[in-house]
Amino acid sequence: MSNNKIAVVGDRDSVLGFKALGLAVFPAQTAGEAKPLLRQLAKEEYGIVYLTEQLAVQLPEELQRYQDALTPAIILIPGKEGPLGLGMEQVKRCVERAVGADIL
Amino acid sequence: MPGIQVNPTRQELTRLKHRLRTSVRGHKLLKDKRDELMKQFMDTVRENRALRAKVEAGLMEAHGAFTVAAALMSSEAMEQALLYPKQAVELEMGVENIMSVNVPTYQFHTRNDDPGEIYPYGFAATSGELDTAVDALARVFQDMLKLAQMEKTAQLLSEEIQKTRRRVNALEYVKIPQMEEAIQYITMKLEENERAATIRLMKVKDMLLEEAIREKRAADARAVESFGGEAPGQV
Repeated sequence: MSNNKIAVVGDRDSVLGFKALGLAVFPAQTAGEAKPLLRQLAKEEYGIVYLTEQLAVQLPEELQRYQDALTPAIILIPGKEGPLGLGMEQVKRCVERAVGADIL
Repeated sequence: MPGIQVNPTRQELTRLKHRLRTSVRGHKLLKDKRDELMKQFMDTVRENRALRAKVEAGLMEAHGAFTVAAALMSSEAMEQALLYPKQAVELEMGVENIMSVNVPTYQFHTRNDDPGEIYPYGFAATSGELDTAVDALARVFQDMLKLAQMEKTAQLLSEEIQKTRRRVNALEYVKIPQMEEAIQYITMKLEENERAATIRLMKVKDMLLEEAIREKRAADARAVESFGGEAPGQV
């Protein structure tokens, strides 16, 4: 058991509320800002990073990079504009990778 | 010809047979591992999907509430209200082993146990809609944590399944047939050598025998001559 922190990365309006819950909030408006932020969070002791789909769309290679690592778990959440279906897409891709076809 | 170059020797044959036994055993074990991983994976992924749908719906609700709150308050006031959280969350991460894949388990602790502590602001200067929004977010957070665990587990499992499946296929369709072919090749080559040796021995024996007969005949002829041309058979 190790102690870790939880980070939330996304545009200001989408992630502000998480601050009230006591999570570490890192506002990033653009993918350019989010990319170094993600790398830095991965190096530090963040176990989970919640990332808005709006940013994730522009950072596919970063998602790929941390997909097979134990930490951090980068979990996509819908931003305030609504879900883009990217999170579900990832689950689907996971199934495809394991099974060879989407069977669900 | 076998796919791989082998020396047709008895030693090589023994070595290959041993490797084939190991490979077949490994293939069976890996196949079992793959099947069990798959079972675990399917369970995880099903739960993952359901949970994700739930979390996304919950978050949208929270976002909606925040939008309403933002409409009723100035953005500065709202930011100010949320700036200094009273609550802090600490994540305790453990590692669970599913079929030799390490997957994380999460448990979180809040610094304050009082559920009222999630509102980090005075109620005087903020609108009631903000309370609703924060409340909605707090409710969905538990599921978000579970989702994180599920999703990471699914990702890690899918990677392991892919690796295992490749190994199973490589053994089943490449390595094992290759070895079987090589073994057959060596066996046939050795048998061929054996037959060649037998034939050679028979030939040599024939030649020796022929020579012996010829010598015997020559000796007989000489003996007859020395007895003065008496025809054999006359007594």
